[in-house]
Amino acid sequence: MAAVVFETIDASPGRRAVRRLARRAGAVFGFAVVVFFILIALLAPWLAPYDPVATSWSAVRAAPSAAHWFGADELGRDVLSRIIWGTRASILAGVVSVSISLALGVPIGMLTGYLGRWVDALISRVTDAMLACPFLILAIALAAFLGPSLTNAMIAIGISATPIFIRLTRAQVLAAKAEDYVEAARALGNPHLRIALRHILPNIVAPLIVQATLAIAAAVIAEASLSFLGLGQQPPAPSWGSMLNTARNYVDQAPWMAIWPGLSIFLLVLSFNLLGDGLRDALDPRHK
Amino acid sequence: MLKFVLQRLATVIPTLFFVSILIFGLQQLLPGDPAIALAGEERDPETIRYLREKFHLDEPLYVRYWYWASGVVRGDLGDSVRIQKPVTELIMEKLPVTIQLATMAMIIALVIGITAGVISAVKKDTWWDYGANVFALWGLSTPNFWLGILLILLFAVQLGWLPASGYVSPFEDLKANLAAMIMPAFVLGNAIAAVLMRHTRSAMLQVLSSDYVRTARAKGLDERVVVMKHALRNALIPVITLGALEFGTLLSGAVLTEQVFTIPGFGKLIVDAVFNRDYSVVQGVVLFTATVYITLNLLADVAYFLVNPRLRH
Repeated sequence: MAAVVFETIDASPGRRAVRRLARRAGAVFGFAVVVFFILIALLAPWLAPYDPVATSWSAVRAAPSAAHWFGADELGRDVLSRIIWGTRASILAGVVSVSISLALGVPIGMLTGYLGRWVDALISRVTDAMLACPFLILAIALAAFLGPSLTNAMIAIGISATPIFIRLTRAQVLAAKAEDYVEAARALGNPHLRIALRHILPNIVAPLIVQATLAIAAAVIAEASLSFLGLGQQPPAPSWGSMLNTARNYVDQAPWMAIWPGLSIFLLVLSFNLLGDGLRDALDPRHK
Repeated sequence: MLKFVLQRLATVIPTLFFVSILIFGLQQLLPGDPAIALAGEERDPETIRYLREKFHLDEPLYVRYWYWASGVVRGDLGDSVRIQKPVTELIMEKLPVTIQLATMAMIIALVIGITAGVISAVKKDTWWDYGANVFALWGLSTPNFWLGILLILLFAVQLGWLPASGYVSPFEDLKANLAAMIMPAFVLGNAIAAVLMRHTRSAMLQVLSSDYVRTARAKGLDERVVVMKHALRNALIPVITLGALEFGTLLSGAVLTEQVFTIPGFGKLIVDAVFNRDYSVVQGVVLFTATVYITLNLLADVAYFLVNPRLRH
């Protein structure tokens, strides 16, 4: 027991968090599935048995078989190959849109929390205004005005998710500002920028990582939703959401067209949610 | 009470102002001449001229905003270029369908979410608890348009119990209306049930460990009375107010659910408007949604204030 305590205190906070994460079966499962999907996205050209856009009239709506493990769609395209290539759109949308949210939300949130006063009042009202528009409806509106494409869908999702990061960063900065180490850094005469970037930012990274992981899950669903509505990845390029949109019309004749893309979205989103929940528990031991 | 409401109203007005700027600003994202883009696919010169005049497109931006905002304040959200009808009229036409769908979804979410949350808290760390948590994760991770397709496959295609899509007014045939709405309502309620389950579980766990519940148990009261009468009633207060905040999820979900089940509601209105490049309708729907969301938020705050005596003192 003493050895365990000694080991726990001895390890760095990061290593302790990794150990706590590794003890959670759900988080480990989530992490493994996320890595699995990332590998599929990276290795798509080598893994996909067929060209994802190649049509074949002899395979129109072919049921799952040895030739087409997941069946074929209404144009005879191999569903498995489209799922494999579609992983790229989903992972890319999740990562890029959350990166946009982080790139916008964290600096704005830090500025708001650090400067306070009228800057805070103004940006908080703008954030409230953005949060008043339901996430997907705002993303749909932005994607509609920007024009339908995967890039614009990622921008729309990224902008729509930004206020959450502004709010979170602001709240974390406000809490950190009152801490002794920030007071000490200020008393030593450190410039504001250095206090914000070198002292506050490293201390608020943990909740941002948790939120970013959960936001990727939301972004994957949002990209699939926009593609389902025809506002994301454009045909014939494969995307799980657009595959479901087509599958809707053939649900009675070719249910496999709907089952696999949906299952893929579900698995990826579930994994990011499990990983996010696990990270929250691992990085913030108070949250159980 | 009045002071509290006035204070909350004071924050609502600037928020609404920024919402209006945000939504007006959407128009500026359109590439090229907004009049041509707003005119839709046909690009009828007459329509373009009419739009340029109507939206004062030759005037500076702030003047255009002023004209647009003063129309909005009077309830004029503009006209649909495609359907040639005022946007407000279109919204009011479609709204009852979505309200019915949202109400049914909320009832389903409350029943499933609260029941699962209570069971999960009372039977903490048992298989019931794990099961309820798995259900919550399932609800949060399942895209509702996929769930909709799966339910159509099972209940409409395989079993033939329910219609796959379509809408019948409840005033025409209530039974057919309920048969058409039950699947979409379940699909929409599913994700919210998961959120409500998590809120109920944590609120119940907090209340069940409080002193007054211990006192109630010490008095020898039946466990069912302790849970249902003493604990649940108090735990439900934050759950119901948080439930009001799920309105956004409900409307976002309605967009997809109505698309899957071909229900002619509010969600379908915005999707059709997007494809018809009917931008005034898109702006109108977003503005209307945001205003309703802000109002519901305000009402939830006031309700919370009313039911929580500690806030009043």
